[in-house]
Amino acid sequence: MAKEVKLLGFWASAYVVRVQIALNFKGIEYEYVEEDLKKKSELLLQSNPVYRQVPVLVHGGKPIPESMVILEYIEEAWPEKPLLPQDPYQRAMAPTFKNKIYRSRSSPFQCLPSGVKYFTTKGEDQLKAKEELVENLRILEGALQGNKFFAGETAGMVDIVAGWLPFWIRRMEGLFGDKVVEEDNLPHLNAWFQDYLSLPFVREKLPPPDKVCAHLRGLLASLEPN
Amino acid sequence: MEKGGEVIKLIGTHSSPFVLRVKIALNLKNVPFEFLIEYLPYKKTQLLLDSNPVHKKVPVLLHDGRAICESLIILEYIDETWASCGAPILPSDPYDRAIARFWAAYIDEKLFPPFRAILTTEGEEQKAKVGEVVAALEMLEEGFGKCNKGGKFFGGQTIGLVDLVLGSLVSWMSVMDGLAETQLLDPNKIPMLAAWAEDFCEVPAVKEVLPEIAKLVEVGKGIQARERAAAAAASSASVTAIGDPTVSS
Repeated sequence: MAKEVKLLGFWASAYVVRVQIALNFKGIEYEYVEEDLKKKSELLLQSNPVYRQVPVLVHGGKPIPESMVILEYIEEAWPEKPLLPQDPYQRAMAPTFKNKIYRSRSSPFQCLPSGVKYFTTKGEDQLKAKEELVENLRILEGALQGNKFFAGETAGMVDIVAGWLPFWIRRMEGLFGDKVVEEDNLPHLNAWFQDYLSLPFVREKLPPPDKVCAHLRGLLASLEPN
Repeated sequence: MEKGGEVIKLIGTHSSPFVLRVKIALNLKNVPFEFLIEYLPYKKTQLLLDSNPVHKKVPVLLHDGRAICESLIILEYIDETWASCGAPILPSDPYDRAIARFWAAYIDEKLFPPFRAILTTEGEEQKAKVGEVVAALEMLEEGFGKCNKGGKFFGGQTIGLVDLVLGSLVSWMSVMDGLAETQLLDPNKIPMLAAWAEDFCEVPAVKEVLPEIAKLVEVGKGIQARERAAAAAASSASVTAIGDPTVSS
């Protein structure tokens, strides 16, 4: 009998969404538990005592925290429909790349911090943040190497890991009436944004754009000094 | 020995804990390798720049004409490529693998930054960094209790991923103890880790490649001196520049 799978999450968290996308890709059935981050459940606190954060995957009662660790776990516990290549070297190259996109201590590319800076600044500072973000994204443009997806002809682990970028950048562009990634400046990445977001197993798990924009507006308002 | 007869090469420094963990792994697997020394931060060889153009950092493993970067990825690559040699670095059960990867990432992301910062801070700021390191070690003490399954190591009876990741910092912990007047592996506070550290360093494959503490102390003092010089230059500059985002922590 298959063991029960539960995912503790927050609807607006990009880290939670990427886990949902991976579970959906693999066709794994799971129970989704929405956490109130201001009042975390006992289950969450017990399952992730170190970070007390979502996402946490609970499989057969055993908790796995940290989205990157969860993604690798999903890949190994459900090896059908692989998201990573079989060859050890190819597999080594995929996560090396993911470290460039994800918040890595040693990564100079830091798309996440520059994305946050772009979101939280105004005027001149925001323009500088946008330039920095675009420079970081240029590395990814190069890494696509003219392929449709980072994994090649079909989407794989790296696409799922990087997948927060198209969703959140498009939302921020909508919010600020701005364009960060377009045909003119980053053509391959622009195409990948579209291709990735239209994949059925991705589309089904994205939070509603309106709800996200309202959430972002709320966040921005809370950042205003009183 | 490789099927093509090609020697495996490891690009690194004598003092980097990230390089040390790879050296130990290769040693545990009995994989002979050629060590190519970089003299960072002063100079980077063309080989390093060609092999790791993105990050320009060590360690880099050269195998079969390919370059593999990032120590945690190299360790998993070694484990898979030489799976039939020696004990596995990662357990076979997916859940146990997830927990090992979790703690490895925790050490590199939560423990290492304040640990490194002990060298670049002084006074109250340094004390705060020490406090963060101690808190992380206490968390790992609990983690050890859950992982070791009665064995001497995080990996159980044999050295595993977390042992390599934390163990590569043990020599540097002695250095920090000297420079900051601490006792990071305090047997009164974290008895299991204190015992684990001794057991780890006694393993022959580890002992053979552990760096000399005296040499690490020199490197540590060099980093402190460079930091002080940079701070002095910055404060005496008539215009304060915005921090350089290309300088890594």
